[in-house]
Amino acid sequence: MNLVLPTHAVRVASNVAWRSVALRGWGRLGSAPCQAARPERLREVADALLAEGGRNLIAHGGGRSYGDAGLNGGGAAVLTARLNRMLAFDAETGVLVAEPGVTFADIIAAFLPRGWLPPTPPGTAFATLGGAVANDVHGKNQHAAGCLGHHLEWLDLTLADGTTRRLSPTGDAEAFQATIGGIGLTGIITAVALRLLRVPSNAMVVRRRRIAGLEEYLEAFRTARDASWSVGWIDALAGGATLGRGVLETAEHATESVAIPAAGTRRMPFDAPGFLLNPLSIRAFNAAYWRRVPAGGDEQVMHANRFLFPLDGIGAWNRLYGWRGFHQFQCVLPEAEAPRGLRLLLEAVGQAGAASFLAVLKWMGRPGVGMLSFAQPGFTLALDIPARPASRALLLRLERITRDHGGRIYLAKDSALSPQGMAEMYPRLADFQRVRARLDPQGRLSSDMSRRLGLG
Amino acid sequence: MAAPTETWLVLGGGSTIGRAFAQRAAAAGAAVLVAGRDVAELERSAADLRLRHGVPASAMLFDALDLASHRGFARACAALAQGQLNLLLAFGSMPSQAECDAEPGVARRMVETNVTGAASVLTALAPVLRVQGGGVVVALGSVAGERGRPRNHLYGATKAALAVFLQGYAARHARHGVRVLNILAGPVDTALTWPLPKLPFMASPDDFAAGAWRLARQRSGQAHLPGIWAPVMAAIRAVPDRVFNRLDL
Repeated sequence: MNLVLPTHAVRVASNVAWRSVALRGWGRLGSAPCQAARPERLREVADALLAEGGRNLIAHGGGRSYGDAGLNGGGAAVLTARLNRMLAFDAETGVLVAEPGVTFADIIAAFLPRGWLPPTPPGTAFATLGGAVANDVHGKNQHAAGCLGHHLEWLDLTLADGTTRRLSPTGDAEAFQATIGGIGLTGIITAVALRLLRVPSNAMVVRRRRIAGLEEYLEAFRTARDASWSVGWIDALAGGATLGRGVLETAEHATESVAIPAAGTRRMPFDAPGFLLNPLSIRAFNAAYWRRVPAGGDEQVMHANRFLFPLDGIGAWNRLYGWRGFHQFQCVLPEAEAPRGLRLLLEAVGQAGAASFLAVLKWMGRPGVGMLSFAQPGFTLALDIPARPASRALLLRLERITRDHGGRIYLAKDSALSPQGMAEMYPRLADFQRVRARLDPQGRLSSDMSRRLGLG
Repeated sequence: MAAPTETWLVLGGGSTIGRAFAQRAAAAGAAVLVAGRDVAELERSAADLRLRHGVPASAMLFDALDLASHRGFARACAALAQGQLNLLLAFGSMPSQAECDAEPGVARRMVETNVTGAASVLTALAPVLRVQGGGVVVALGSVAGERGRPRNHLYGATKAALAVFLQGYAARHARHGVRVLNILAGPVDTALTWPLPKLPFMASPDDFAAGAWRLARQRSGQAHLPGIWAPVMAAIRAVPDRVFNRLDL
């Protein structure tokens, strides 16, 4: 029943409707008032770009970037969440073609029962594909599978002039590489062709073990290099001899599926009051997390979602940090610099008394294909920093340590990087700006982040 | 996958609610026909329904204003349906009262779409429902049709007309197994309401579609959705004119 009946199409007028909205990043640091369009039809994306007024503009997907990558205060935003259709799937090659608002949760709901998983699921399933390309996201299999950009066949990009181009490694490779990880500054992604990963079941066998300190951690990751999936949780408040203490999780796909966990998640119903967020309570939480794992380690079979997206189980968990919001800091340090650099970073956080729930440590392998891709071989550390008057100074210090150790800060998480730091950490920035000038000569695509980083 | 036992024809399949309802129906294993004017867009939605839910789904050209096409359209639907054909009438036009006042053509187009077009296509589809021995007809009415307000009384008038048409339609075809439900919808967060100021008790399309799907299984006649609108509208209907006329609603 896949026939095409119509003999003619009716011309439908398309007028883009705008409304004033205040957008926020996932860290809820502040809100950016802007005019927003929310297209439900493909053509409305070009219409929004061509809309009168010539306001500058950025695409905004799932709103899961922590800082200001998806914000455009005083300008315009195109909300892509309702362009969320899957268009084609090839069961031979595993290539899925989908609109930018399709989320990882959508893909998993439709395809995991058929034995397919998104190739590099990020830490939340509520990220959209468009945002995932624009940030070249990675997952707990980065060391083996690389980033999302490694798994793209092609993508459609609608440029500021309203035309759409199909970009691929062989079709305008330069624009393809600028768009992957390009934080939305080359155009609006309107379709993505992604190779899914064949898996034997919906479940994973997850092994957990306690790690006593940082040196042991780095060694444990190297030992676990053959694991398909690996991630480490660090108690960022443990200092002294226990600095870098945490829980290492490695996982392999199970051969048998498990029952799908009941739908419906717990939800953070309000902003946590400030008094809950003191170093004592968070220290107690982190210590309890560590002790929950038996001294000899353990092994569990669980649904893939539980391993891949542990925080998605608590809706609106970002309210845990109260109404002031929080910064997220994530950097990657080259392997040789990691032991010293990570120690300095953790000490800086400890000294500042910046209470952070669990931090995440992960070993990275292949560098990303995008000009501004974050991933590079080494160790990546991510932690939350509740917004306080002193947190800017701390972030500056963390940036300094990252730069001194040849590292790089992840733009998807960032809210504080300096323009100088950006230029130093991203050696292909000049290439990126050159391609951007070709694709968007009038500089229509712009965001709070691009202006903060001096990219225009 | 087993052959579907029912097919939902979504008239206005490109609308926000039409799309959300089609997802519900497909998730329940029904085949879907998404009908509307923008066939290229509808093809994309149909592809999505097939991929996500593994059900048959097709796009069909349908123009409420092209009355002459409605009988042929009804025959095509009958030919494509697997199992029982059921309908969701989800198309409509909702210009502001100010636009209607300024442009008589806009007002006429709305009446022709929401009343004439709706009546015409339902009339054309009635024989199909009767021949198959029944079916469910769900229409998107509106709380705006329960009491005329300064802000949208012509729009409300079209939905009141639709409500009366549906009453008679239900009575006329009930003995042939046709069940009719007019959903008196409150504001939903759709493309139509996007540019409007914030509206009270706004429902998300997904929640609304879930509610509509549940009501479609259980109820006939009229039902408010979200349910909060039943008491709210009872109160609003009870306000005396001399008070109502002083309120700026």
